[in-house]
Amino acid sequence: MSERLRTDALHLGVIALLVVLFLTLPTYYAGNLSRIMVLAIYAIGYNLLFGYTGLLSLGHAMFFAAGMYGYGLTAQLAGWPALPAFALGILAGAALGLVVGALALRTAGVAFMIVTLMFAQSAYLTILYFGTWTRGDEGFVVPGVARVVLGIDLSGETERFVAALILFSLVLLVSGRLVRSRLGRTLVAIRENEERTRMLGYDATRLKLIAITVSAALSGLAGAAYALLFGYVGASFAAVPYSIFPLLWVLLGGAGTTVGPLIGVFFMFYLIDTASGITLAYMLIAGLALVLLTLFAPQGIAGLVRRRVRWLP
Amino acid sequence: MLEATGLRAAYGPVEVLHDVSLTARAGEITCLLGRNGAGKSSTLKAILGLLPPSRGTVTLDGAALHALPAHEIPKRGIGYVPQGRRLFRELTVAETIEVGLMTRGEGRETRDWVLDLFPRLRERLGQQAGTLSGGEQQMLATARALCLRPKVLLLDEPTEGLQPSMIDLIRDVTVRMRDEGYAILLVEQRMDAILDLADRAVFLETGRSVETVARADLTPQTLHRRLGV
Repeated sequence: MSERLRTDALHLGVIALLVVLFLTLPTYYAGNLSRIMVLAIYAIGYNLLFGYTGLLSLGHAMFFAAGMYGYGLTAQLAGWPALPAFALGILAGAALGLVVGALALRTAGVAFMIVTLMFAQSAYLTILYFGTWTRGDEGFVVPGVARVVLGIDLSGETERFVAALILFSLVLLVSGRLVRSRLGRTLVAIRENEERTRMLGYDATRLKLIAITVSAALSGLAGAAYALLFGYVGASFAAVPYSIFPLLWVLLGGAGTTVGPLIGVFFMFYLIDTASGITLAYMLIAGLALVLLTLFAPQGIAGLVRRRVRWLP
Repeated sequence: MLEATGLRAAYGPVEVLHDVSLTARAGEITCLLGRNGAGKSSTLKAILGLLPPSRGTVTLDGAALHALPAHEIPKRGIGYVPQGRRLFRELTVAETIEVGLMTRGEGRETRDWVLDLFPRLRERLGQQAGTLSGGEQQMLATARALCLRPKVLLLDEPTEGLQPSMIDLIRDVTVRMRDEGYAILLVEQRMDAILDLADRAVFLETGRSVETVARADLTPQTLHRRLGV
């Protein structure tokens, strides 16, 4: 079986597994799957930049929030229907990625991390500053009419799951193809040795800008999907923790693997969920588990599997 | 023909190349010789635009290269095999060659050509570059540079850390490239590896090219006088 077929088969298997889980798990756990898939889209976007291109951003929450507010504000204030507002959310993420990328790529390493963090903080404060429209920390609920797509109300559990599954499947399959494409291989080459890649005639800065823009577009898509499916838009999604989460998800699941982001989100979601049922100091338990995992499996869960299954994409 | 004239370059405020001039002709191996810190690798980097020269010119067949961004220079016909190989460790051999081929849209013919030069790579196509032996990594680094079908090949210490059989192989390929009409600019510490290889040698001392000698004059006495070996 060719590498491409194996990769597609694995991804289709993952999608099938999600459907089986939704149909067989108790209601609470099945309901969580939609949220996990949307956050996994965010993590896939982050992984493209961090895992494949080697750029560590500490400000991705601004792209997630750009998608969320791009969709939410046009639906809330301008009364746009769901699909155009959703498309605008993705566009807002991509446009912000292009602008921030063009400026942040003048730096590298730690400076790049700090610059992206500062941009994200500026975005967060901007949301708070324009509280008249954004409703600041409190946020706002998306009008019901803006959650209807092609006559289907996405506020229902099953409809929400199907919509999240469609979006996640598309992103997983496309990202799987992307990382195996010429562009994807070149991004890995940049991650491995940027100077060498330039010496093969590649404009590394332009390629990194493409990676940031695509990553931001996917993050924007996730943000818009979150608002569309769960009906809430709030400034907390633009705050620092939402820039750190995707890094943790990707590290846990396996940076530079296509299924790692989903595994990371799944693992961390239930780690926090389970720990919070045991103690109020649940973050301590979660933190300890993360430290242990990082010590014993620094390449993440999928990275660990890849040691034995070398073709794992 | 690659020609560098009066090159000056600095790392930040520290100038490391003060006046370097050299010529690498088609069908010749030109060796860049000098003690540690003389500026050999820096000269290669200045030619490649990785260390942009503050003064001087670099031309290839009369076309200026020194004002171009670094990523444009390989497209004009300069291939570079860096010291220590610096491979894309997680890419397989096949993927590494593919990345090399894509820049200039080279296809199957070039791929077959480089794999014929290094048949062992053909047996390792699915293997990750980071897991190859030192000699195989050197072959892959050279193959990757040749994917661009360069007119000039810059080799920075290609035999460093290799076992004798691999050194012979790299030498054979270098000679073959020369015989096929490529211009080779070679930096090498191992005098035994290059003494009978060089058609011409340029001696560097503290960032200056001080002497260029033809093969006939590249004697142990000259090496002793210039390098103290």
